[in-house]
Amino acid sequence: MQKDPAPPRAWHEIVLDVLKANDIRLVPYVPDNVLKPLINAIHADPFFTTFTTAREEEAIGIVSGAWMAGRRGIVLMQTSGFATLANVLASLPCAFQIPALMMVSERGTLGEFNIGQAMVWRTMRPVLESLGMEHHVVSRLDECEFLCDRTIKQALMTQQPAALILSPLLTGGKIVTPKA
Amino acid sequence: MSQSLTTAHNAKRMYRFDLTQRLVARLRNDEAVIGGIGNSNFDLWSAGHRAQNFYMLGSMGLAIPIALGVALAQPRRKVFALEGDGSLLMQLGCLSTVAALAPKNLAILVFDNGVYQITGGQPTPASGGTDYAAIARACGLPGAVWAADEADFERLVQHCLETDGPHFIGLKLDDQPPVSQTERDPAQIRDRFMRGMGAKKSKLPG
Repeated sequence: MQKDPAPPRAWHEIVLDVLKANDIRLVPYVPDNVLKPLINAIHADPFFTTFTTAREEEAIGIVSGAWMAGRRGIVLMQTSGFATLANVLASLPCAFQIPALMMVSERGTLGEFNIGQAMVWRTMRPVLESLGMEHHVVSRLDECEFLCDRTIKQALMTQQPAALILSPLLTGGKIVTPKA
Repeated sequence: MSQSLTTAHNAKRMYRFDLTQRLVARLRNDEAVIGGIGNSNFDLWSAGHRAQNFYMLGSMGLAIPIALGVALAQPRRKVFALEGDGSLLMQLGCLSTVAALAPKNLAILVFDNGVYQITGGQPTPASGGTDYAAIARACGLPGAVWAADEADFERLVQHCLETDGPHFIGLKLDDQPPVSQTERDPAQIRDRFMRGMGAKKSKLPG
């Protein structure tokens, strides 16, 4: 009798393993509902130093300082948090060539219920593109490991910041059913 | 240490470059120093470049977060953040983050002249009496103090070097301008700082 194949790993299990494989130990974040399983897993694993910050800008400063002193990190945030970052990204990781890594839970598209989120979503790709920042959208489970691992490795090797955008296609997003 | 009785109102107004020189003169163990935007890092540069100095550019308000990152990465190295009052005002939340993590090796020095000196001396919204040391204490840094004068500053710096933090020293400034400007070559600054932190080895002469 054939054994049942192992169930596919969830996106947050894949991300956790990729972070560990790349020795990304410092994870400051501003919380997001979709990221909750990843945040919970990172808190539960003593490999990581993880904590909330008051603003995403602060977290970019923390991972930039830590990397220059030999410790790798990544900032977790949602789309609206990314929208607060253009100045500090331009003048710290971009100008100084620091591989500040970001993982952005994508709000504002594919079923968004909050028009504020939908509006601010429009700014994310133009900012990433105008800063010339490497960014990739993770939308499929079978591509999750490759995209995350290679984006992180390239950022570290080229000393450039990079963003991984977690699409609702991957995570399911945050859904509210419209009233009839 | 007994709590300083110096308040924001009776602290002596001191010269930023003199204070920066006094700080640097006391550093014996390759302590990291992160200079915040503009005049805060200009006077650090003017005090004489050290490989363990980082001079920030435009990310106003991030001197303390950058210093916190260095402190977390290297818990055995003392790390000083030199931040301006206007800069801290932009990122007050970072004091709560520092208090929550309580890194023993971090010391925060706030240069408070009450104005945006580099843009022409316009008063900050906090210049009417906001007490940054009191804010820091309320954020969970109970040892936050104002330095009464230069001698008190020297004593407080030595206290930072010899005891566990996080420490916070408020410094009231006079209106003297910075001595010179930092060379704005961020890739070079970052490279030198990483070597100074022992985080980069390179055969390229540094």
